[in-house]
Amino acid sequence: MRAIVTVIGKDRVGIIAEVCTLLSGEQINVLDISQTVMQEYFTMIMLVDTANAALSFAELAARLEQEGTDRALSIRIQREDIFNAMHRI
Amino acid sequence: MLNSNEILSTIEMIDQQHLDIRTITMGISLLDCCDASEETACRKIYDKITAKAVNLVKTGEEIEREFGIPIVNKRISVTPIALVAGASDTKDYTPFARALDRAAQETGVNFIGGFSALVQKGATAADRLLIRAIPEALAQTERVCASVNVGSTRAGINMNAVAAMGRVIKTTADRTAERGGCGCSKLVVFCNAVEDNPFMAGAFHGVGEGECVINVGVSGPGVVYHALQSVKGEPFDVVAETVKKTAFRITRMGQLVAQEASRRLGVPFGIVDLSLAPTPAVGDSVARILEEMGLEVCGTHGTTAALALLNDAVKKGGVMASSHVGGLSGAFIPVSEDEGMIAAARAGALTLDKLEAMTCVCSVGLDMVAVPGDTSAETISAIIADEAAIGMVNSKTTAVRIIPAPGTKVGDTVEFGGLLGSAPVMPVHPFHSDAFIARGGRIPAPLQSLKN
Repeated sequence: MRAIVTVIGKDRVGIIAEVCTLLSGEQINVLDISQTVMQEYFTMIMLVDTANAALSFAELAARLEQEGTDRALSIRIQREDIFNAMHRI
Repeated sequence: MLNSNEILSTIEMIDQQHLDIRTITMGISLLDCCDASEETACRKIYDKITAKAVNLVKTGEEIEREFGIPIVNKRISVTPIALVAGASDTKDYTPFARALDRAAQETGVNFIGGFSALVQKGATAADRLLIRAIPEALAQTERVCASVNVGSTRAGINMNAVAAMGRVIKTTADRTAERGGCGCSKLVVFCNAVEDNPFMAGAFHGVGEGECVINVGVSGPGVVYHALQSVKGEPFDVVAETVKKTAFRITRMGQLVAQEASRRLGVPFGIVDLSLAPTPAVGDSVARILEEMGLEVCGTHGTTAALALLNDAVKKGGVMASSHVGGLSGAFIPVSEDEGMIAAARAGALTLDKLEAMTCVCSVGLDMVAVPGDTSAETISAIIADEAAIGMVNSKTTAVRIIPAPGTKVGDTVEFGGLLGSAPVMPVHPFHSDAFIARGGRIPAPLQSLKN
């Protein structure tokens, strides 16, 4: 299942590395990344594939949210469909 | 790939502009639950609802987590109970309401609609018994919603039912007096009621519907308000286009959730209701959208025109985004549930008369309006008659959900809590309509040609 991971937080060293490690630990394949820093805020959007993940989508979302909170980041995962529905005809 | 701005704009809509799916409502037919024994009928009703809706709340929560979009309510609507209870040999219909309440509690939904009767032309014995049972049913249950359809464009207005409903509303308020008359917040009097409405308190599962169906109501006044902030001072053509585009996006999301819920539950998809449903939260108000168009306070001159534009543009934008549109579809103006409406009513800018005018061009009618506790049943009936007349003549749904809050006077505030919000008590006209209501009978159906 394709999903969008968004990571938002105050910029510092190592965010991309931490998030990628976290995702690879859950057997999530990263398909595309776009990242920018806006007014000191780090914003990263990743297109991922969760087909091989062991956890259910809900567990995955809860785990990423928790890991994010521990690192003072907002990490969320949502199915790609919602964005396609809203922005593509 | 989607671009970052699109993704971030969706997240911003959900996080900061209160975008949500207001309700997933499962419609369930209870026609096969009729039984000569009231006890058996109630058991069949409970068993059928709890079997059909066993996964409703769980599925709603799963979709919520996977798509990252809040689904605020999961609800159930059922066949108007007067049609089911009529087969039973009993004079007291409150056990049916209690059976619905137990089923709602068991399935985890927060409201169940359909303690209803359709009496636009005349009332059967069962309809009369149901209407009589409403005050007690609403006092004894927590999650049951009642509605009565008293008029339609094809049948005219049943003024006997209108008179009865004034009394029922007064009794319901008295029976729930210790909670501000909150029983009335679960009671709607309709003209031209629709069969596939997913919104409470007026939802019921019409007889033209299938066995079981999933209807979805979207929301998003905050998103429309935010979008209009970027077109300040522009002509109305631009305003209308902006609302349409926003409504399209919101509805596409509703359609996605509806299809997903329908697939997972194995229940056919019915409709998406394109309504702008406000909540008492700041930034989720329909009144503030009207004010953003250039009105100092909602309720002043120009409000009806602003609402007409909003209502029409929401429908135009939403229709293309969904395969089936239905329900009430339009902007809701529930006073107690809309932070801007509450403020406007407190400021004295929004009156019952202006609200009545607004209902000519918006989704439903006088909604969640509190009036003084000493308002007579006849005055309430006359208010219902006025609303029903607007619906009947204009071929649209109108409704009255009014709370004559016991012991209150103009200027007081009645607190209902949660999504129902708080209602400033609004003045009614001091002049009587008693002789008008006492006539009874029917107002004939209006001519459908020579329209001026």
